Amino acid sequence: MTAVPTTPSPVAPPPAKRSSAAARTRVQNIVLTTITYIIAISFLFPLVWMMMAAFKTEAQAFAVPPVFSFTPITDNFQRALPSYFPALVNSLIAAIGSTLLAFVLGLPAAFALAVYPTKRAQNTLTWMLSTKMMPAVGVIVPLFLLYKSLGLLDTRLGLILMYTTMNLPLVVWMMHSYLTEIPYAIYEAAKIDGASVSQEFFRIALPLSMPGVSATALLCLIFAWNEVFFALNLTTSDAAPLSVYIGSFKTSMGLFWAQLSAAATLTVLPVLIFGWVAQRQLVRGLSLGAVK
Amino acid sequence: MTVAQNLAATSPPAPRQRFRFTPAALIWPAMLYLILTTQVPFFMTLYYSLFRYNLVDPTNRPFVGLGNYISLLTDASNLRIVLNTLVLAGGTLTVTLILGGSLAMLLNRNFPGRTLLRTLMISSFLVMPIVTAVVWKNMLLNPVFGFFSWVVSSLGGVPVDWLAQFPMASVIAMIAWEWTPFAMLILLTGLQSLPEDQLEAVRLDGASPWQEFRYVVLPHWTQAIQVVVLMETIALLQVYGEIYGSTSGGPGVATTNLPYFIYQKAFAEYNIGLASAAGVLTVILTNILAVYLLRMINRTLAHNKGD
Repeated sequence: MTAVPTTPSPVAPPPAKRSSAAARTRVQNIVLTTITYIIAISFLFPLVWMMMAAFKTEAQAFAVPPVFSFTPITDNFQRALPSYFPALVNSLIAAIGSTLLAFVLGLPAAFALAVYPTKRAQNTLTWMLSTKMMPAVGVIVPLFLLYKSLGLLDTRLGLILMYTTMNLPLVVWMMHSYLTEIPYAIYEAAKIDGASVSQEFFRIALPLSMPGVSATALLCLIFAWNEVFFALNLTTSDAAPLSVYIGSFKTSMGLFWAQLSAAATLTVLPVLIFGWVAQRQLVRGLSLGAVK
Repeated sequence: MTVAQNLAATSPPAPRQRFRFTPAALIWPAMLYLILTTQVPFFMTLYYSLFRYNLVDPTNRPFVGLGNYISLLTDASNLRIVLNTLVLAGGTLTVTLILGGSLAMLLNRNFPGRTLLRTLMISSFLVMPIVTAVVWKNMLLNPVFGFFSWVVSSLGGVPVDWLAQFPMASVIAMIAWEWTPFAMLILLTGLQSLPEDQLEAVRLDGASPWQEFRYVVLPHWTQAIQVVVLMETIALLQVYGEIYGSTSGGPGVATTNLPYFIYQKAFAEYNIGLASAAGVLTVILTNILAVYLLRMINRTLAHNKGD
């Protein structure tokens, strides 16, 4: 990076043509790399700016021109914590609860479809996936009225039930794709040894598809954690998860940028870390297995 | 694991023969759950959409047939909402495809720090939409204290009230920021499966970079591009949190799309009938795309199996 020949030296002896071409590609490479870094940095800037503001005083967060160097403080986190914590608990319960329920319902189905495929198996799978494409706005009105009459509005259970709906097709679809990767001969051997369906499930399918389970669970947790629509329309205060809490900063609390940044940083960081670590599985899950 | 072993140990075949875990019994709970939570409410939405139904006066609920749909598609202010939805989704998709594609090509090269950059670049996609909205609205787009205004004025320009003067463009920029990493990630994965020797072969034949892109890269990329187009469009037709957290659909109805409109109609005006009709319309729009997406995914998987 340090020895950057910006101009191809014209004094090069005989094989001048070749070396100037090589120099040109090198320059081209450096230019392209620089462009890549510039775009990447500008993309990351809003996040970095937010995380910086989390450690500023409110006055510094508002300052024009913007403050780039400052003594970091942690007051914002302490101030945000009392209101952040209940929302965090709700988010954790909703995300973990719905992921568990989605697996309890979805994993056996994925197993049956993968190991005992019938003629209709592919249609069943496709139908399940198609329910994931159902926009939430297509069901929210009756759901809201139903929740109201069942007393499910503003409850964690209410959130868990809808997040399960959101993640269940993903669990079935992804786990089916992981389970079909297990060689069928293993099941056949087990069958010859007299294994029952449940033994095949618990002794073979589950242990051998553990990497798939963790990758899929991770996706479910991220989706449930980041969900906004059901959260805003089905909860108000008692069961309000982090998305509703952060939403409250849009008006009344919107004047506290540093505090907002601290709360937002705490909200975003776990998902970022999960996503960075599981990037490869993320692609497979996000493209529903169409791109590996 | 202990549960599993117990289960296996305590279920000798003899007494439980009558109720065994048949494959169908394993599939039904999931099916039933999805039917109950997606199909049933959707048919209720469909039913409500045929009535003039307002929760302010729930007893007076006359059947209006397709009246709500006609109002949605002919009333100028409602039609604006449908158009906003399409502009928002289409605009964002275009931006993310161009930016994501360029980034994928840039990141597919060999350069110092590329693994780190690839990993970091997915960040904005992982950010909760409402965090994006609130942070952009306040800290970046604010006309007085926002970072972008400072950039503009320090370059000698006049500070801009982004969300008031260019509401749709600002919202598109914000959502494109979220979705570009998705496009990049899928397109980069597609690019990486392109055999290097194919590129070398056409280079030896003296192909220009454009020809190389047009005749080798692009055909190979079609699959990944289709995935991006379909999945993003389905998701972008349902954008809600970003609008809720930034413009609240305004100014006026400049950035109100169908999901936000449904939220307003149902939960502010209690107009269940019209909100339901808009919900059904969104489902129809989405399903047209979903059919293509599902068909394509199935084709790919069948093809992969054949390999």
